[in-house]
Amino acid sequence: MNVLVPLPFALPLFGAALATLARRRGTWLRVLGPLVGAGVVAACAGLVAAVARDGVIAVQMGGWAAPLGITLVADRLSALLLVVSATVLLAIMLHAVGEGAGGLSEHEPGVFYPAYLTLTGGVCLVFLAGDLFNLFVAFEVMLASSYVLMTLTPTGERVRAGMTYTVVSLTSSILFLTALGLTYAATGTVNLADLSERTAGLPGTTRTALALLFLVVFGIKGAIVPMHLWLPDSYPAALTKITAVFAALLTKAAVYALIRVETLAFPREHGSWPMLVLAAGTIIIGTLGALTHDDIHRVFSFILVGHIGYMLFGLALFDVAGLTGAILYLVHHIVVQATLFLVSDLMQGLTGETSLHRLGGLAGLSAFIAVLFFIPAMSVSGVPPTSGFVAKLALFQAGLGSGSTLAYAVTGVAVLGSVLTLMAMTRIWTLGFWRPRPREADEAAHARSAERRARMAEPYTRGGVRLMQSVTAVMVAAGLLVAVFAGPLASWSRSAASDLVDRTGYRHAVLDGGSP
Amino acid sequence: MTSLVLVVVVAVLFAAGFYLLMERSLIRIVVGFTLLGHGANLVLLLAGGAAGAPPLLDATGPRPMADPFPQAMVLTAIVITFGVTAFLLAMAYRSRQLRGGDEVQDDVEDRRICAERHHREPPDATPLEAENPGPEDGA
Repeated sequence: MNVLVPLPFALPLFGAALATLARRRGTWLRVLGPLVGAGVVAACAGLVAAVARDGVIAVQMGGWAAPLGITLVADRLSALLLVVSATVLLAIMLHAVGEGAGGLSEHEPGVFYPAYLTLTGGVCLVFLAGDLFNLFVAFEVMLASSYVLMTLTPTGERVRAGMTYTVVSLTSSILFLTALGLTYAATGTVNLADLSERTAGLPGTTRTALALLFLVVFGIKGAIVPMHLWLPDSYPAALTKITAVFAALLTKAAVYALIRVETLAFPREHGSWPMLVLAAGTIIIGTLGALTHDDIHRVFSFILVGHIGYMLFGLALFDVAGLTGAILYLVHHIVVQATLFLVSDLMQGLTGETSLHRLGGLAGLSAFIAVLFFIPAMSVSGVPPTSGFVAKLALFQAGLGSGSTLAYAVTGVAVLGSVLTLMAMTRIWTLGFWRPRPREADEAAHARSAERRARMAEPYTRGGVRLMQSVTAVMVAAGLLVAVFAGPLASWSRSAASDLVDRTGYRHAVLDGGSP
Repeated sequence: MTSLVLVVVVAVLFAAGFYLLMERSLIRIVVGFTLLGHGANLVLLLAGGAAGAPPLLDATGPRPMADPFPQAMVLTAIVITFGVTAFLLAMAYRSRQLRGGDEVQDDVEDRRICAERHHREPPDATPLEAENPGPEDGA
């Protein structure tokens, strides 16, 4: 079973190498990419089964023993996130295949597929990394390919946004490296399981300083207010399908890393008030930002920032209930955020617009897309019976059950954040879907949109559009499935959360049990 | 153990690096990033403790061995920062080609929303009558 552990990142990296060789053959790429993606999903599903049977699985790469070698660990949390991420990554890849096969707007497939597969490998490695340095490398693999994807088919705007994005990510990477060095200087190890034993002996101030440094590092990568400014500025500039991947996975990988590092190396008895305050600020500023903006992608990006606050809230409580809520929220939000951006890509395909004041009449143009938008929009706002409701309910229960006044206050803020999200979504719905096309949308834009629709109705293109639409529909259905299977998912998350709090299983698997 | 001079060097590298990151010119940002990278690598090297004998298998000597672990990490980090610096330079060049300068530009959409707030009298949530055109995004 140990062979399964490296597969989720080894497979896509190998696939990326093959894709680079085949970079001039579009059809080969469009077959190879989804094949590798499906392989990753299968490997991750196998890993979930293995973890369900054996508990935490640790593998020492290269045969060096635990604190020194490269450790890969799969536990309940990482297995769950792996399988969800791999599925979303495959779905977005199929969306891109549909775009390419339909001849709609293929953007340098010879660069896209290798970079995308490398990104897949990086994301999977983040979830599997068992030591801090490996985590750093995983982030770099993920981010380096994201820099390439961000500036695919560079326009002036894209290069501007890409530059901000790259420089901010790099700064946080440098801080990560510094935090890593300081941790090694203080404890003599970077292995997470080993760290969890040694940080207890550190002086209180050193411990707090290191914990805060990691909070800043992953706070920048995960767009926690006030370190979020780069995200709504840069994400909307990329191609929509690429923004979908970024929004779904990159920030969530940072939240995962934050959960992993803080619970393993800096465990606490009670909730952490700085994190609670940050969570409340993130929720409020993110959702308010979503209300002010006009461009749909910016609205979604601010929604993303706001909802990172919910996950941070769950972590800040530092108990099983809070972490359960955070894990459920991670799963829900990975799926729903990707879906929102994919739907927005379909909307863009119909009208060529992302600006709310020029959009309109979408419900009349395509009722199908209206339904596809409506379900994830309700889900992200937390309206029952969607997955967002399940995840938010778990968080609210955790907040109210924690017994601290500040947690009650943040729960109130979280409820307010849901209402504000609902308002932002309603705004898109009313302006984009229900009202007639604004008169000031000139004839030219109208003609352009009609021409687009005519082109999409051509038989050759229709296949591609069908694929894109069905992928999005499947993603919407996946979001509903998360709600349908909320029971098993919640119990899995609860055991994952108690593993996080307990830590002995993780330590035992890495330090005593792991063999190559 | 560790020399104070190196600690001061790290501090200077970080200060200069962050100062340069705040600049508008992309080339200065790249230089700032390089300085920061050097600073971080020095921190890692310092974390390994004092210099010692080469850490070879079966080598016995009077001096204690140097810790090889941070050195391995620094090597990896150098490779990563090197690759990324090359990418940054390529992007600065592209920016120069596309926009005719290597200054980081303001975000158009942000500026538009700020302008809207200043000009309009009643703060209205629907930007229907916005006079300003949207961002001139050619995508």
